[in-house]
Amino acid sequence: MASTTELAVPPVAPATRRQPAPRGGKGPGRRPNLIGSLGGWIWLAVIILPVYYVIITSLKDQAGFFTTNPMMPPTEPTLDNYKLVLEKDFAKYFANSLIVTAGSVIPALLVSFMAAYAIVRGSGWFITSTSKLFLLGLAIPLHATIIPIYWMITRAHMYDTLLALILPSIAFAIPISVLILSNFMRDVPNELFESMRLDGCSDWTMMWRLALPLMRPAVVTVGIYNALHVWNGFLFPLILTQSPSTRVLPLSLWTFQDEFTANIPAVLASVVLATLPLLVLYVMARRQLLSGLTAGFSK
Amino acid sequence: MASITSTSRRTQSRRSLSKGPSGWLVAPALVFFLVFAVIPLAGVLFLSFTSWDGLGEIRLDGVGSWASVLTDPVTGNAMLVTAKIIVFSFIVQAPISLLLGVFTSGAQKYRAALAVLYFLPLLLSSAAVAIAFKALLDPNFGMGPGLGIPALAQDWLGNSDLVLFVVVFVIAWQFVPFHTLIYQGGVRQIPASLYEAAQIDGAGRVKQFFHVTLPQLKYTMITSSTLMVVGSLAYFDLVFVLTAGGPGYSTRLLPLHMYLTGFKANDMGAASALGVILVVIGLVLALFLQRLGGRNRSASQLEGA
Repeated sequence: MASTTELAVPPVAPATRRQPAPRGGKGPGRRPNLIGSLGGWIWLAVIILPVYYVIITSLKDQAGFFTTNPMMPPTEPTLDNYKLVLEKDFAKYFANSLIVTAGSVIPALLVSFMAAYAIVRGSGWFITSTSKLFLLGLAIPLHATIIPIYWMITRAHMYDTLLALILPSIAFAIPISVLILSNFMRDVPNELFESMRLDGCSDWTMMWRLALPLMRPAVVTVGIYNALHVWNGFLFPLILTQSPSTRVLPLSLWTFQDEFTANIPAVLASVVLATLPLLVLYVMARRQLLSGLTAGFSK
Repeated sequence: MASITSTSRRTQSRRSLSKGPSGWLVAPALVFFLVFAVIPLAGVLFLSFTSWDGLGEIRLDGVGSWASVLTDPVTGNAMLVTAKIIVFSFIVQAPISLLLGVFTSGAQKYRAALAVLYFLPLLLSSAAVAIAFKALLDPNFGMGPGLGIPALAQDWLGNSDLVLFVVVFVIAWQFVPFHTLIYQGGVRQIPASLYEAAQIDGAGRVKQFFHVTLPQLKYTMITSSTLMVVGSLAYFDLVFVLTAGGPGYSTRLLPLHMYLTGFKANDMGAASALGVILVVIGLVLALFLQRLGGRNRSASQLEGA
């Protein structure tokens, strides 16, 4: 994925710097929050139960699925379902998802970063109205524009290509990326820019040499957030592609479902397989993602 | 969203200090956004006055599509279903996210493990979530018979009285973690001194929650609610895979109705009219929520746009 290399960087998020030590009424000498804990555990059960069911079922063979208790783990776990799914061009769909995600996230980051820089550091009616336009984009369900997008993509002879998924994905990622990046950008002290300006640096230099390195955690956060959205996107692939050669993972889950109507364990194995890459990424970049997202949205 | 207003004020004062960057830096983002969001937005309005089957020629058709959409009882039903889903999923999600956000912002044992598990649904695609729940809710091979609780072994997705609540539940399952995260960030930014002061005044946990935490989270609530409500107009994927709008029309919400009208019934004109309705609803709801947050902070920004 786009940010795999950057994920190895130790998470020195400015977000964590900004946050005071966790509190929420659990200072020294406080009673434990019993009701809170109870609620927390109940919700945890609500989250876990479906995940547990998906995993154990994906390890059952078809006979086992029909005969054993659905909530009990299989007596003889099998990986046959995973084998079956992997044989069904899963690698191709995975590669398509990867291309679409990287192809959307990297350009979206670049243009959003430049825009955020101009919005925070610049002024004038053009920049101001552009920032308002992006803000409006957040309030509009952009999916409503899918029909004209379908028209444009077919007219441009891009229907059923990966580029058809990439281009609108870039556009749809821009409002939220600009919002989060400019929220972070405001924390870069003005003095740094002023002193670079006195040294005769251009905005272009300041943007790449000063703002980008300082904003790296925010850029990674926005990158991961967009990557999640594009990777899991369903509507664009459903409408703008058709053939198996351009199929992406979420759509492949849906088509597996048709193909393996009676083989629920295989369908659920494909669900697990499609989620696995994100899970690995999440475990690696958890702190970065969580601290970045919380700071990005709550400022 | 709430903090955008301060931009213009800050940039204004900065103008006197130094010359800002040129406007062309916003141009690449603007071009993408214009081509794939703003122009299609105008396009959907235009197409709503045409008749088009999606392949052939586009013909101007006056208000024909609008007339058929507005007189079609399915549209009214879809709006009702959408309204129900927005309201119910807000009622379910908002308090859970708020409470979980406050809870998880404190220090608990097993914090790291909890964080991984709580936020797991964030990683799953709606298609994956829908497929998982379809299997889980199966009356013969799902959770119900597995747990041996007869009340759980229902045909959840086939019962038109229940299915809407199932959809609301699955939506909450998938999206509460994201909003929990937003609230968690909001709570962590409340200055600890406010709680210390409250504690000195003898306020207990409940009082602190209502008198410190809640008022301080006002803007977080607006951000989260706006994303929640506008987001509920985009629950398309989840409902499409989970129920495909059925049984009957009981979960055919507006975006799904738009898709089925346009791409299954090949009536792009009517589907565009539905798209326009969606945009208007989204905009009205967002403006309403921003206004709740107070005019001067953010409403004026959206109004001016």
